[in-house]
Amino acid sequence: MILSRSARAALIAVMAAGLAFVYVPLVVVLVSSFNTDRTFGWPPSGLTLEWWGRTWDNPGAREALWTSVKAGLGATAIALVLGSMAAFAVARYRFFGRDVVSIIVVLPLALPGIVTGIALSNAITTTLEPFGVEFGLFSVIVGHATFCVVVVYNNVLARLRRTGGSLEEASMDLGADVFTTFRHVTFPAVRSALFAGGLLAFALSFDEIIVTTFTAGATVQTLPLWIFTNLARPNQAPVVNVVAAILVLLSVVPVYLAQRISSDPAGGRL
Amino acid sequence: MTSKRLLALTAAALLALSACGGDDGGDAGTGGETNGTEQQGFTPPDLKPLDKLGTPEGELNIVAWAGYAEDGSTDPDVDWVTPFEEETGCQVNVKTAPTSDDMVNLMKTGQYDVVSASGDASLRLIASGDVEPVNTDLVPNYVDVFDALKMKPWNSVNGVSYGIPHGRGANLLMYNTNEVKPAPDSWGAVFDEASQYSGNVTAYDSPIYIADAALYLMKTKPELGIENPYALDDEQFQAAVDLLKAQNEHIGEYWSDYTKEIQAFKNKDSVVGTTWQIIVNLAQAEKAPVEAVLPTEGATGWSDTWMVATKSEHKTCAYLWMDHIISPTANAQVAEWFGEAPSNEKACAETADKSHCDTFHAADEAYFDQVWYWTTPIAQCLDGRTDVDCKDYGDWTTAWQEIKG
Amino acid sequence: MLLLLLAPMAVLVVVYLGSLAVLLLSAFWTTDVFTGAVVKDTTFDNFRELVTTDVYRTVTLRTISVAAAVTVICAVLAFPMALFMAKVASPRARRVLVVLVVTPLWASYLVKAYAWRAMLSGDGVLNWALDPFGLTGPGFGLTATVVVLTYLWLPFMILPVYAGLERLPDSLLDASSDLGARAGRTVRSVILPLAFPAIVAGSIFTFSLSLGDYIAVQIVGGKSQLLGNLIQGNAGAANNLPLAAALAAVPIVIMVVFLLGVRRTGALENL
Repeated sequence: MILSRSARAALIAVMAAGLAFVYVPLVVVLVSSFNTDRTFGWPPSGLTLEWWGRTWDNPGAREALWTSVKAGLGATAIALVLGSMAAFAVARYRFFGRDVVSIIVVLPLALPGIVTGIALSNAITTTLEPFGVEFGLFSVIVGHATFCVVVVYNNVLARLRRTGGSLEEASMDLGADVFTTFRHVTFPAVRSALFAGGLLAFALSFDEIIVTTFTAGATVQTLPLWIFTNLARPNQAPVVNVVAAILVLLSVVPVYLAQRISSDPAGGRL
Repeated sequence: MTSKRLLALTAAALLALSACGGDDGGDAGTGGETNGTEQQGFTPPDLKPLDKLGTPEGELNIVAWAGYAEDGSTDPDVDWVTPFEEETGCQVNVKTAPTSDDMVNLMKTGQYDVVSASGDASLRLIASGDVEPVNTDLVPNYVDVFDALKMKPWNSVNGVSYGIPHGRGANLLMYNTNEVKPAPDSWGAVFDEASQYSGNVTAYDSPIYIADAALYLMKTKPELGIENPYALDDEQFQAAVDLLKAQNEHIGEYWSDYTKEIQAFKNKDSVVGTTWQIIVNLAQAEKAPVEAVLPTEGATGWSDTWMVATKSEHKTCAYLWMDHIISPTANAQVAEWFGEAPSNEKACAETADKSHCDTFHAADEAYFDQVWYWTTPIAQCLDGRTDVDCKDYGDWTTAWQEIKG
Repeated sequence: MLLLLLAPMAVLVVVYLGSLAVLLLSAFWTTDVFTGAVVKDTTFDNFRELVTTDVYRTVTLRTISVAAAVTVICAVLAFPMALFMAKVASPRARRVLVVLVVTPLWASYLVKAYAWRAMLSGDGVLNWALDPFGLTGPGFGLTATVVVLTYLWLPFMILPVYAGLERLPDSLLDASSDLGARAGRTVRSVILPLAFPAIVAGSIFTFSLSLGDYIAVQIVGGKSQLLGNLIQGNAGAANNLPLAAALAAVPIVIMVVFLLGVRRTGALENL
């Protein structure tokens, strides 16, 4: 795009300001993880590695992290399967109510989390408990799956729309059955969309707190729940900062990967 | 509203018709207590207490006020949960709740075994059947509990005990010694004089706080005729609500998480407001310049009871816990950590600070007559009036949302 | 084949819509305040209370305003950033910038909110930075809430807008400047109209996420209440699920109307 020098400079300035806005609080978190003063006082009174050391020994954090990973993988798996199947149905077939599918699928993400949370929690206590469904990891996974599906669905649908059905038709004309076509033609085309969608779905599930609060029950503690209970306690707050800092630093890797693998410009669509 | 009032009145009428409640061991009247059992206005479900202890189940899920069940994670030296776990093998999971409403809610999920219920939660739990009567014979340390705490209107119904007393205390007025001068001694600092500290006043975030406003009006506007801050008719209630709406203008933040209040006072985001002794202690430990005082008008407070969930699957562990927490050593530890009066007489000899029981008036009934324990307001007036209807907790809850605006 | 594809999805949809329906159904019941038991007599009491009591109206309007403000500010911030990333930056820089913008999504929501609480507090970074100029920060309150919500949802706006702008053929922009338009005119007349569906797509998230949020406002909002707090308070502490359900109907209605409205702009394909 052709820009005058001043316009270009202005855009760069806005970009820099935007990035600064995004990263200053994260830097504050990082610095606070070294702060000797336990409550985020500023400027920091001193620097120490004590909290980083303590985090290694913290069993609560490790357990919560593992629970979050399990929940995220579960929700992502469900989302990958259901989302891509639904995307196929919408992209390749015509049926009654096709237009409405997009709206229904996006509802869990478009409606506030608290609505989903109390709806599911209420459903479990009133109608599903007699059937043996109780609060626990499973209810958390189902709760997360509701909004993770749409992420995968959108990515796969966009990809399918872009590639069109002609390659698949050609493959079938050449004699391949549905499953062979899928394995050799369709899947390679949507593979990166699945990866990008799955990654974003995992990220959404990993950091989700509102729906999780209502569906977790007493025994399950995902990482956000652990953070919620510990951020307020003076002794634990610095450990939480360390955990958060680690998460951010580590997450650069999958985000970068998604960017490279996905031919989608943003590395995935919401 | 009408249907709720009818329900409460009908229940009260039925109860009054069927002979008045049994001996509750306390006198009717002045602060700290509601009147006799017939004033409780409901019939509890017919539940039986535990017969005898079995083998410990290996697990115990507790709902408690923050600071009541410390396991070393707040402060490594403050731990009376681990010794219990080692002795009984009951692995403890503690869920702290910021308000009584949250506690009632958590108990309704049926996933917890014991709860440290204040008076404004206990009767609701009894009425809904979420807690069952407690067999005090199974709790050996119960005999040493102060008589003034046994079989009270908030922990017993019709002569049946529903829990083991934990301890009691008063809500205090905390202030920043640098910003609030001269040192206040009246709740006026957060009501009539709140404008001086506008934007830095704090208050407890629960509808039960309306009682604090009513208490202030009891002393400053005697013409309203408030006898009991939990028994408010239309006019008295409206006065309290108006006072709180005026206060809301100057509030910076309401608190329910005690550590947020500690930080707010430390950062000077709050300089004056209601508090618990434990918050004062922890804030002072964090070098915040704060002090607390029991104002001249008296205060609201709490008398907490450990109760057993009806649906609990770990009742033996529950009873063992209750016995442990009121044992002299543990009761002394928690009373000192939280800053309240213990329930066990023998705990007074075990406190590190030998004057703890005196400071907190553990045996001083005259003091606690000035303290209005948290109680659930019901339509049938708790001060004995029968010519008017009082506002029930539903009204208080709705009003609280309106006050916060 | 079609049924095979749709069946599992349908199960999830039934579970989700079913629980929403059960929730909305309970909005027509009431609760016994003392025992907390739900009284299943059908009544419009809750909805009547919603409409007649001032506080619910005030809070709803306040929440809608906050959500709208957050959406507008996010859009205003995100558009130039996305434009730079999509059309001005070199391909190498583009990749780095995308990573930089998306990574904060992985930082915990709570930690970010508490970091802002610390920054906005009495002796936090903001006051410390403004002190030499004799100014003070906004402290806790609605302004802080809007700032923090904008901060939290910004990536949700940048991503769709960036994707939409990226899809814009460069040839259109070249043609526009060939016809004599300067950058500003190109943006106004060519880019914005074409990117509009993407902006609307982003706004679905920022608007709905702000509409139902109750955590950020508890952390930095001071004494403010938003719709999410009322719903959560009633569903939780006040144990009045019927009233909470009635309150929950409000954002549901708002968002459904919003979604139906934006369907025509093509935003749903731009998510």
